[in-house]
Amino acid sequence: MARAISTKRKALNTTVAGTLGFMMFFPILWIVILSLKTEENAIRAPLEVLFGSGWTTESFGAVQARSNYLKHFSNSVVISLGSTFLGLLIAIPAAWAMAFVPSKNTKNVLMWMLSTKMLPPVGVLIPIYLIFRDTGLLDSRLGLTFVLMMINLPIIIWMLYTYFKEIPVEILEAARMDGATLREEVIYVLTPMAIPGMASTVLLNIILSWNEAFWTLNLTAAQAAPLTAFIASFSSPEGLFYAKLSAASVMAIAPILIMGWFSQKQLVRGLTFGAVK
Amino acid sequence: MATKASRSAARLMISPAVILLLLWMIVPLGMTIYFSFLRYNLLQPGNNPFVGWENYYWFFTDPSFSAAMINTLVLVGGVLLITTIGGILFALLLDQPMWGQGLIRIMVIAPFFVMPTVSGLVWKNMFMNPVNGIFGHLAQLLGFAPIDFFGQIPMVSIIFIVSWQWLPFATLILLTAFQSLDQEQMEAAEMDGANWMSRFWFIMLPHLARAITVVILIQTIFLLSIFAEILVTTNGGPGTATTNLTYLIYVSSLLQYDVGIGSAGGVVAIILANIVAFFLMRMIGKNLDA
Repeated sequence: MARAISTKRKALNTTVAGTLGFMMFFPILWIVILSLKTEENAIRAPLEVLFGSGWTTESFGAVQARSNYLKHFSNSVVISLGSTFLGLLIAIPAAWAMAFVPSKNTKNVLMWMLSTKMLPPVGVLIPIYLIFRDTGLLDSRLGLTFVLMMINLPIIIWMLYTYFKEIPVEILEAARMDGATLREEVIYVLTPMAIPGMASTVLLNIILSWNEAFWTLNLTAAQAAPLTAFIASFSSPEGLFYAKLSAASVMAIAPILIMGWFSQKQLVRGLTFGAVK
Repeated sequence: MATKASRSAARLMISPAVILLLLWMIVPLGMTIYFSFLRYNLLQPGNNPFVGWENYYWFFTDPSFSAAMINTLVLVGGVLLITTIGGILFALLLDQPMWGQGLIRIMVIAPFFVMPTVSGLVWKNMFMNPVNGIFGHLAQLLGFAPIDFFGQIPMVSIIFIVSWQWLPFATLILLTAFQSLDQEQMEAAEMDGANWMSRFWFIMLPHLARAITVVILIQTIFLLSIFAEILVTTNGGPGTATTNLTYLIYVSSLLQYDVGIGSAGGVVAIILANIVAFFLMRMIGKNLDA
């Protein structure tokens, strides 16, 4: 039963929400603009920045020349993709079993897995740091990939479980009755139904690992530092290079921003562990 | 339906995840608790004697501990207040009919995807820098003296930055909850003569109660561990003005190499997070039954 909404009311809503939305988005827009200016023009007053001269794309090249940006970018890619797929490999069978062969303990196991996520990272910082130091995993992509996989594993399992749970068992039974072998059942019936859920799990997990900034800052140095840690190196005097900081930041957040826009809905499911639907 | 064979297969499929998570939980946790009872500094080689509760004593009597506890509470409380109230208002607004709703929602949600080190540095330099930042330019334009954000109001500045990152999260979840509101119930109330305020108070807010609780609990878990934003903006200063518990433990363990005291702090942080987690898990568990 939709009611007629007056155009005036709609225009007012649009104006207010649009203004607030623009304010939230403005910092991101602003670094995109600054990344396209020369250093001396990037620190001018806002209006001069907008309407003045000095537009250039040289900052993007300069960031790479100064500090091998691509290395850190590829570290981010390797670590976030690696931890996601490693996590998926372990989570799919587990979520599968819990969704399709539930037992009395399934709920407790799920809850326990989730509870490991509540452990504050700083509570286990020292042991992990010391273990990594002694095994040579400090500042290695392998070590960081493993840690990020572990901290996100509960979320992956949980999300996959809720998606698998939505697949009706009756369809599987019907396929079996029609003479489908287990292999056919998995390939033609289950996989197509499970793919959307898996895709959004992957997406959310890449976002979380890409932006993770506790372990990445504490366990890496020059070699394995992903973008979170690399950007942190701009923190003191170098921060004054506005154009370069902006260029580095834009490149660091752009891929995730795009993925994030595609996964808004799954975000709610993944981050509230199904408590809000 | 499940046969004995499929049950044991299922157990086999779960076991890698269970074993890994169990190790991940028990080994470091056990080490942290063990270290917290040792006199153990990485700069002083030698044996690490057992000292009982000494580290806890030092940690609790350290003046920066009480400062860090207060800072943690102020930071978490401040951000929760802003994001929850702001999130309700934003969700209420975005739920109204308007043009370009999709685009506006995307703009509101975007900050959540910005990595913490970027948002810390961007706000610090491009906005809050008293000389070159936008706020500084704005103050100059209006004839005020620019504020030195991280010198004069460091905690407020950090709360502001963190709220910018988390407001989208609260908005998104509350918006999802709003959209499951029973429209017929709202119309019935309207027909019965309930005005907007009482509809909000008696129908919408009770409907949102669950989502609001979830937002508060989940955010608290994450906000207790705020680290990167502090590291790149203030380094916990000036003095201990923005040192929260997480940052204090980081300083004592990785900067002062005092494993014993750092571990004692870690145990305190774990206990604190567990109190919140207890309530969160109960809510999630209830939903799992439904």
